[in-house]
Amino acid sequence: MHPFSLVRPKTVREAVNAAAQAGADTRFIAGGTTLYDLMKLNIEQPRQVIDISGIADLSRIETDGGQLRFGALAPMSAVAADAVVSRDHPVLAEALAKAASQQLRNMATVGGNLLQRTRCPYFRNGAGGIYPCNKREPGSGCAAIGGLDRGQAVLGTSEACTAVSPGDWPVALVAVDAMIEVLGPDGSRSVPAGELYRLPGDAPHLEFTLARGEMITAIVVRKTNAGRVSTYHKIRDRESYAFALASAAVVLDFDGERIQQSRIALGGVATRPWRAPDAERLLAGERLTPELALAAGHASFREARAGRHNAFKLELGARTVADALLIAAERRR
Amino acid sequence: MSRQSSILTEGERRSAPDKATDGSFSVTRRTALGAGAAMATGAMSTGVGSVQLAQSGILPDHTVAVRTWINGRSVEVTTDARTSLLDLLRERFGLTGAKKGCDHGQCGACTIHLDGRRVASCLTLAAKADGREVLTIEGLSAGDALHPMQQAFIDHDALQCGYCTPGQIMAAVACVAEGNATSRERIREYMSGNICRCGAYVGIVAAIEDAASKMRRG
Ligand SMILES: Cc1cc2nc3c(=O)[nH]c(=O)nc-3n(C[C@H](O)[C@H](O)[C@H](O)COP(=O)(O)OP(=O)(O)OC[C@H]3O[C@@H](n4cnc5c(N)ncnc54)[C@H](O)[C@@H]3O)c2cc1C
Ligand code: FES
Ligand code: FES
Repeated sequence: MHPFSLVRPKTVREAVNAAAQAGADTRFIAGGTTLYDLMKLNIEQPRQVIDISGIADLSRIETDGGQLRFGALAPMSAVAADAVVSRDHPVLAEALAKAASQQLRNMATVGGNLLQRTRCPYFRNGAGGIYPCNKREPGSGCAAIGGLDRGQAVLGTSEACTAVSPGDWPVALVAVDAMIEVLGPDGSRSVPAGELYRLPGDAPHLEFTLARGEMITAIVVRKTNAGRVSTYHKIRDRESYAFALASAAVVLDFDGERIQQSRIALGGVATRPWRAPDAERLLAGERLTPELALAAGHASFREARAGRHNAFKLELGARTVADALLIAAERRR
Repeated sequence: MSRQSSILTEGERRSAPDKATDGSFSVTRRTALGAGAAMATGAMSTGVGSVQLAQSGILPDHTVAVRTWINGRSVEVTTDARTSLLDLLRERFGLTGAKKGCDHGQCGACTIHLDGRRVASCLTLAAKADGREVLTIEGLSAGDALHPMQQAFIDHDALQCGYCTPGQIMAAVACVAEGNATSRERIREYMSGNICRCGAYVGIVAAIEDAASKMRRG
């Protein structure tokens, strides 16, 4: 691991100022479960690390009124266990509770989670590793394409990269159209969760749309009645403590027996948290049946492109969407 | 100066070891090795290999001062900013109960409590312990009187080689305190971050069920 200096600001303003003054090789650290991990692998090599975990007031969870507001430093475990969140928006609580382990959820923050990096084994192979990776070393190539690609994405891939966006929480946030509050050298702004992420294209090392020195301060979700009719369904190689092979976040707005509007986002199968508008359109105005649910699942993967070992994700993903729809629909009673 | 971890129940608090009030570590079987190093400062004896240190030319600004409470005792230490809390505990304080299995947050062998919550100490910067309370397996029992969870692990043969056991026990104590040990299913889910290569899972779940009822009774 490369040496670095550590600064520990006490306020958001101090943190943003510290980042503005520092060079490009500066990182915020919150829980550290992504950053410190990748520093140990020499994949991240910051010269300066700004520990934001001591900033007061940034871990608040506010559930009164018409919205849910999560401070960026709120631990995943705290939001997952919040009574209002699990009752009114199970999709959010489930996405957090099914991620990582309780130890890691106690450390990891809901803000840092949005910026976690891929678990692609070729990426994690480490700096100077024997396999090329365009995300790690731009222009070096992609060993996953044509390689051991069982875990790789089937949606949003490019000739340069097929790495999966690994997070569960971002998928749920994209489904509920959450807004991300950001503070930077030029002031504050609010970004739809979906606009935080880039497609790999020919520059897979650029993953997020945050500008340098910008800090996530909060995540805001509008409360809706449909929020209760939701779920995060996650399929893994083992029953617990694994990243998704395929997952679906679903929120259903019913008008009587018919779906008025659905929101569907996919995880484990795409290079970024993935909305499925084709499936959403298919369901609009319909009664939900198992057959229709499966059709919506397949519609979600119409544009998918499989590699050598991951074609199973098309059918697994479609059925994950179908099951998620049926689970969510049960909750309207 | 000493403080108590908030996760401890009244019963556990009473059974926790005496707290030194003079800021020094009392020498126990486990701390004997580290007692001399406890108050030492400087960047040379962290978990980072000294060869690597020499090569990278550590500057003073690559160090951090950490004031923390370890098992109820106040300690102050200066260390390389890169040091993990796991390495600090093991290499500086001789507290080798927490184990290094993977060093990447994947196995749970390094589980300790930080301000009463279980964390993976391998992915926790030592600097993050500053101003906070650390509880390790060494601080769990009252001398020879085992914590109910430790006793339950023995009673239920919840281990084979024992490498994962300190992490399992620290995770299990937290699991009960969180209210997540209410059924076998829930125990399995909330203990899934602790891997046991010997496959002692059946005993581990039984031990936690057993200890949970005793801990609830106090
Ligand atoms: C073994 C293991 C298993 C896991 N399993 C899962 C899983 O199943 N599902 C899942 O979703 N995740 C999983 N994770 C990932 C984990 O959820 C993330 O690492 C965690 O959420 C990141 O949050 P953090 O606070 O630790 O971020 P950090 O590591 O502190 O930061 C991550 C990145 O975000 C930046 N950052 C942090 N906070 C801010 C902020 N407020 N503003 C701007 N930038 C910021 C940092 O600079 C860094 O680049 C797993 C991790 C491990 C180690
Ligand atoms: S050593 Fe920390 S989780 Fe494996
Ligand atoms: S007892 Fe050997 S690893 Fe668990």
